[in-house]
Amino acid sequence: MDASGVALSVGMAAAAGLVGCFAVMRRMTLASDALSHVALPGIGIALALRVHPGLGALAALLAGAALIWGIERRTGISTETVVGVVFSLALAVGAMLATGEELVDALLGAPGTLGGWEVGLGLLGALAVTVFVLVERHRLVLSIVSADIARTSGVRVERLELAFLLAFALTVALGLRYLGVLLMGSLVIIPAATAKNVARDLGQMFAVAVAVATTSTLGGELLAARLHRPTGPLIIAVTAAAFFGSLLLRRR
Amino acid sequence: MVNALEVERLSVRLGAAEVLAELDFTVAAGSALAIIGPNGSGKTVLLRALIGALPHRGAVRWAPGTRIGYVPQKLDIERDLPVTGRDFLRARASVAGAAPADAARALDLVGLPAQSAGRRIGALSGGQFQRLLLACALVGRPSVLLFDEPTSGVDEPGEERLYEMIHRVQAAEALTLLLVSHELSVVYRYAENVLCLGREHRCLGPAREILTPETIARVYGEAPRYHHHDGR
Repeated sequence: MDASGVALSVGMAAAAGLVGCFAVMRRMTLASDALSHVALPGIGIALALRVHPGLGALAALLAGAALIWGIERRTGISTETVVGVVFSLALAVGAMLATGEELVDALLGAPGTLGGWEVGLGLLGALAVTVFVLVERHRLVLSIVSADIARTSGVRVERLELAFLLAFALTVALGLRYLGVLLMGSLVIIPAATAKNVARDLGQMFAVAVAVATTSTLGGELLAARLHRPTGPLIIAVTAAAFFGSLLLRRR
Repeated sequence: MVNALEVERLSVRLGAAEVLAELDFTVAAGSALAIIGPNGSGKTVLLRALIGALPHRGAVRWAPGTRIGYVPQKLDIERDLPVTGRDFLRARASVAGAAPADAARALDLVGLPAQSAGRRIGALSGGQFQRLLLACALVGRPSVLLFDEPTSGVDEPGEERLYEMIHRVQAAEALTLLLVSHELSVVYRYAENVLCLGREHRCLGPAREILTPETIARVYGEAPRYHHHDGR
């Protein structure tokens, strides 16, 4: 793995750890997993049109995030149910569009070789997500504790929610190469869930989530290269081990 | 007297039900208005419409430059959310554009020890959590405080102290107060005016005129917990 590859995986994992903190605190664990599945039809369509699959995935993810936002704004509909149905359908459609090796790579991740512009854009995306979360963390915290307190403090809650979901979608798009559509949602959720078990405050939660996400990603990649296995499952195996370890240290 | 708030023909619909219809009232700056009524009469809905969290018809006009501190009724907080009281106050200070020292001042005003503010908000007792919410509302020097049942989840002596504190803070900071409460004795003691939202009967006026056994029976449909306190 070359230096730019390492930089990109660290950047992607750091973004995933940070976004994950707020995804876990917003209790959107299941929705985020389902959201990552929506990338598959995007990849399938991009391959059919001979466009870069990453662009197809990104477009589908951003559309999926906007859809979740639209559903959450309407009362009286069970978000989890709709998200589950719509995004499972996306997975089914995507599986019909892509076949064979393409499908396995899209589902489980295959880093392959990166072009210079891919690394550049990827780093830019990871930086954008990281800056967004750090700059908006106070607004995000207030709106998680109470949307009404946030509102009376001057936060435009609905707009912030949309921005967060788009940042989430961008993060998933960044990690698809490594983890695939089946597992990328887990790299967002598991490090943050691990951090939640051991952190005393918000600063610690950010630090632990980023540390777990980056070390599992790098560790998983090294193991994958050595064992000749797909990277995604190994990254998730490492991060899940960290999660189970954190249960032993869990604060009550 | 200058009005902090003017409400004109305010109506709120939730689904098919019209929860509030054609409500008119004003709140003078620096005064305290209590909102009373039985469960389901729309007290929380009214507060949430006033802060723009619910779509409504009619006009809600806050005085120019109004800064609102809001204490919601119940918060569904996970016990293990890794957000401490200090994280929460820092967030409010940053968003409200207040100096970080303002959070320390607010903690002081509500009498919450720094040690409690360093704990996770889900691990605080009911009374401590209410104090933290009040401190949060006071960060950024609001001109208006909105309270929705500020003592839910607090035991009776704690409740008494909390109201004393709210009253003290209101007087010290010359705040306008809008207070939803079931505790009519508290309302009687601390609010100049009372707005009652009965299902059949609505009324607005000075506490001493409104809080008569007859009016209360009409608003609640039966006699609620109510006893006059003398002095104290």
